[in-house]
Amino acid sequence: MAILNIEPNIAQPDDFYEALIDMHRDLDAEQSRMANAHLILLLANHVGDEAVLREAMQRARALVPTSSDVSTRPA
Amino acid sequence: MANVDREYQGLAFDYVRSPDQDARVAVRHPVVVVGAGPVGLTAAIDLARRGVPVVVLDDDHKLSVGSRAICFAKRTLEIWDRLDCGDQMVEKGVSWNVGRVFFQDERVYSFDLLPDSGHRRPAFINLQQYYCEGYLHERTAVLPAVDLRWRNRVTGVTPDAEGVTLAIDTPDGPYALRADHVIACDGSRSAVRSLMGLESKGRVFRDRFLIADVRMKADFPAERWFWFDPPFHPNQSVLLHRQPDNVWRIDFQLGWDADPDLERQPERVRPRIRALLGEDAEFEFEWISVYTFACLRMERFRHGRVIFAGDSAHGVSPFGARGANSGVQDADNLAWKLALVLAGKAPDRLLDTYGTEREYAADENILNSTRATDFITPKSDESRVFRDAVLRLAKDHPFARRLVNSGRLSTPATLHGSALNTPDAEAFGGAMVPGSPMTDAPGTMRGHPAWLLSCTGDVFTAILFAGDRGFDEATIAAIRALGTDGIPVKVLIVTAAGATVPSVDGIDYFADDDGAVAARLDARPGTCYLLRPDQHVCARWRTFDADRVRAAVARATCND
Repeated sequence: MAILNIEPNIAQPDDFYEALIDMHRDLDAEQSRMANAHLILLLANHVGDEAVLREAMQRARALVPTSSDVSTRPA
Repeated sequence: MANVDREYQGLAFDYVRSPDQDARVAVRHPVVVVGAGPVGLTAAIDLARRGVPVVVLDDDHKLSVGSRAICFAKRTLEIWDRLDCGDQMVEKGVSWNVGRVFFQDERVYSFDLLPDSGHRRPAFINLQQYYCEGYLHERTAVLPAVDLRWRNRVTGVTPDAEGVTLAIDTPDGPYALRADHVIACDGSRSAVRSLMGLESKGRVFRDRFLIADVRMKADFPAERWFWFDPPFHPNQSVLLHRQPDNVWRIDFQLGWDADPDLERQPERVRPRIRALLGEDAEFEFEWISVYTFACLRMERFRHGRVIFAGDSAHGVSPFGARGANSGVQDADNLAWKLALVLAGKAPDRLLDTYGTEREYAADENILNSTRATDFITPKSDESRVFRDAVLRLAKDHPFARRLVNSGRLSTPATLHGSALNTPDAEAFGGAMVPGSPMTDAPGTMRGHPAWLLSCTGDVFTAILFAGDRGFDEATIAAIRALGTDGIPVKVLIVTAAGATVPSVDGIDYFADDDGAVAARLDARPGTCYLLRPDQHVCARWRTFDADRVRAAVARATCND
């Protein structure tokens, strides 16, 4: 494992983050979902390496709180 | 106007009483094929050409109704070429190589399934199934070894150690037959399968599709057109194929909630077609059907002396044209093995490899067909979001075109890891690994233009690449000796363009005029490929050695 680079790799993190949020400006939830899908597909192709992509997908899913986590959280 | 196709669609075959029906003891036959569809007829023709007498039983007395299977793939045509009935199919059929994909109101991209030239056959032909069956039927009619019996319905299957007893119902009442082997090609609702208490299991898709065969004058090209979510049929998919005789096949996705009885009413279908073609379009209906589908297969295709082939053994969704095409490949795989076993030249376990090889192929077909179905009919909101994102990207982003899945169209399975393959001991490039169906290539044979595949098959064939000087006498003697073995090996010598190799009587020379054979097989002088009777590569070497060829034949026939 650890083929996926999880160390800092973006030179100007605040600039990137701002651009990411900007990408969604004036979009409704459905449109944002589309834009995210486009972004994921574009980046996935750029990465190309299937092992890296699978590790990223696994990490992305693992971070989703399970339903019991959600229900025990204070409102 | 005389309409040959009308005649095929309307043909009704006579029930003819067989002398077997008057026998006091059930008459024994080496092979009984159940089902006279494309798969059963292909198996019967292949076996009969090998000298095996075949009885074919069919519960009906007509050819298929409507276009049904419609798309016949290059490999299927090559198999029919080997059986001398490919020309008729291709002359009548509409040849095509290109598929075009649309999303909403835009053309997204197109793909070419056969970008290389130098192949005898196109990627696909479209041909109504009744023509296909009609031509195969005509082929059986000139083979005295095929005894085709219409309106013979199998009502009982009783296997025992020595054979199988079949109970058969006819217009004259019941009779029984004994068979050494039964090949069940009786379709997705196989009577043989249910009579034996066996099942085909898998995944049923909750979707319905409308098929309309319409006769009209139209100027769409001979391409496969697939629409995702078009304005004329929102939120669903539509598929258009051109067929012979100005007949067009249109498949409309309807969704699971559609009422099949209502949807097949012509007055209900007409506006759907007008929406596609325009309000003033003129057409008449040939056939309308509503279908659902499943991806399933039997756990094993061989049950002792009863062997399942085609839809009886496995089912796929229609996207990819992997149903009839894989069934014809089943027949291609089985016939030579069964003929060798019946002749006492190979042990019974060779028939087990029919099961393992074709179960492997069925899994590949089911995987491809399931993935296509999940793309065409997304099962969740998120799946649909990604599907539509891929389609939106595809127009201007080449990478996304590879993700669009409107059906991964039928290509034959490469039988990686088959026990019949002799693994490579030397380095080779290219696609022709052991287990792959041999590719085609153009050349010259005996002074006439020829195709590589047409010079191979039926028996084991060694393709041997000559250097500029040909082969010495000892090698020529070894090549001749292979031809007289118990399981003979025909040797085809391939000569490079411009080479003046001295020819030897009784040996076939194929001139590789364009260098395509050498390129596609990564060949050098001395390279030798061994093909099975079904044209699959089973071994290859960088130098010719008759003993290694014999060992590979023994391995490919379970005689090792």
